[in-house]
Amino acid sequence: MGQTVFEPWNDPDEKPLIQFKNVTKRFGDFTAIDNQTFDIYEKEFFALLGPSGCGKTTMMRMLAGFEAPTEGTILLGGQDIAPIPPNKRAVNMMFQSYALFPHLSVWDNIAFGLKRDRMSKDAIAARVEEMLTLTRLTQFARRKPHQISGGQRQRVALARSLAKAPKLLLLDEPMGALDAKLRQATQFELMDIQEKTGTTFVIVTHDQEEAMTVASRVAVMDEGRIVQADTPARIYENPSTTYVADFIGDVTIITGRASPAGEGYEVHYAEAAAPIYSAFDIDLAEGETCHLALRPEKVSITAERPADRRNAVQGTIIDIAYLGNLSTYHVEIEGGQMVKAQAANTRRLSRRDFTWEDTVWLSWTDTAAVLLRE
Amino acid sequence: MRRLTWFNATSLTLGFAFLYLPMLILIVYSFNESKLVTVWAGFSTKWYGTLVQNEAFLDAAVVTLKVAVTSSTIATVLGTMAALVLVRAGRFPGRTLFSGMIYAPLVMPEVITGLSLLLLFIGIGLDRGILTIILAHTTFSMAFVAVVVSSRLMSFDRSLEEAALDLGCSAFDAFRLVTLPIIAPAVISGWLLAFTLSLDDLVIASFTAGPSATTLPIKIWSSIRLGVSPEINALSTIMIGIVAVGVITASLVTKRASLRQQAEERAAAQQV
Repeated sequence: MGQTVFEPWNDPDEKPLIQFKNVTKRFGDFTAIDNQTFDIYEKEFFALLGPSGCGKTTMMRMLAGFEAPTEGTILLGGQDIAPIPPNKRAVNMMFQSYALFPHLSVWDNIAFGLKRDRMSKDAIAARVEEMLTLTRLTQFARRKPHQISGGQRQRVALARSLAKAPKLLLLDEPMGALDAKLRQATQFELMDIQEKTGTTFVIVTHDQEEAMTVASRVAVMDEGRIVQADTPARIYENPSTTYVADFIGDVTIITGRASPAGEGYEVHYAEAAAPIYSAFDIDLAEGETCHLALRPEKVSITAERPADRRNAVQGTIIDIAYLGNLSTYHVEIEGGQMVKAQAANTRRLSRRDFTWEDTVWLSWTDTAAVLLRE
Repeated sequence: MRRLTWFNATSLTLGFAFLYLPMLILIVYSFNESKLVTVWAGFSTKWYGTLVQNEAFLDAAVVTLKVAVTSSTIATVLGTMAALVLVRAGRFPGRTLFSGMIYAPLVMPEVITGLSLLLLFIGIGLDRGILTIILAHTTFSMAFVAVVVSSRLMSFDRSLEEAALDLGCSAFDAFRLVTLPIIAPAVISGWLLAFTLSLDDLVIASFTAGPSATTLPIKIWSSIRLGVSPEINALSTIMIGIVAVGVITASLVTKRASLRQQAEERAAAQQV
């Protein structure tokens, strides 16, 4: 495989397309964005992920030009964009409500931005046709927005915002209004279009699965700050804080005191229980409070104590969440700590090995539990 | 189907009689042969004939139409602008006072509005005539337009305008190309409201009209004082006819448009 990995953020020679420099945004007393500095590179699919009210939409509206930063600067291609009004920016936005013009046909909606640029009639027609083909809407060109389905409307909104070939496309919860099945199909379609057009995409979403699927990098936000910005795999496998670990996917957080042991640390979480070993090398003092983030799928559940694992604890099954392909077992171990363990349902439900109130052994490898300071 | 009970049938009959009996009598007597309004002397359309030859009535009708068209058009422009400020400007000092003052003419007794305008026109030395009636009608109907348009603007999705800006429109173009076409139905109904208010206004017009211009309501009112003539009945019947045709057409058009929209939306929902 001669393919190079797309990781411009690790390349010191690469010039970022967008630079946030100490950007703060306040609405009255409320600080929506708190002194943020980060870069987004060309051709990236960058996801801003967080709960509602975390500031992700404000971040996007500042890029579009609907809000101005209170402090700091935003650079687009090295140029400060603060004095440029939204209608002069090489940035287009796809709105959460799609904001399709109800009085115009699909064709005219897509042509709307092109007409503002005073392009020739033929050039506009050619570009609109290209967009219609890209989004598979050719047969609906003459329809009005209310005459097409939700999924088609979403594609019209995408075509309209891409028609002007922006340097940067902003997508505000682009799949919020679609049902789960359609959403999955659309996610792949979106990635495909992003790749074909080579446009830089910034997507705002509260759906962690969506962010993980589409994005080259995910920025997890909380209360106006980016807590961690990294590839989906690193966000999941190496969360920087318990907030990130908890926000992305399912996790058990065990809090205890660290004591150095070998390559990593032993974490004492309950009086009588044996400590849990984690081979993560972060700088912790003897007796310092720390947290272990343990993904349920990395925990094995067995009837007997496995001989080859250092981390093995005994507990009682309190609850079972049956998800069809998987089951998540909630197991109470010593000290009242709940640990989630996941197992694939490889056999039929009636042949399940464990049930409520069973005593079982949970075990995991030395590197499974991520050690976190906060 | 639920049967009509005797109670419901009676209420219905009485209610409609209360609303429409006076008008029915007026229409019937406009076809009366006799000059006496209260005595039936056979069917005739002669009063419609004499009406067409009555120059005073025709002049008044022309003045009324001119006033109604001009004042409702100005009122629509001003009222829409006021509504935009009211809904869009967000919070500014004196906002509540401003919005209260926009709505005040709605509840202000017409006599007071008329009187104050009369005093103003005398004060600035403006001769009373068609211009003063237009100004007066614009003043009070503007408030009605502002109410109608602002209620539409409140449910208007601001992201539509932002999308227009995002796609390269100036603020004015965004209003012209996106906002205005979408709120057009509200603006048109505001215009129609202003038009009908101006058409049948008697009180304010009689304060602000002068010898050079008389509107139809003033003309009818003043000739009634000399006794009700069948000519007036004929004129009123024509006016009822025009209004009825207008209202029925408007409701039919709206109903057909909404039925078509529903059918199209249903068709759109079926295909994915």
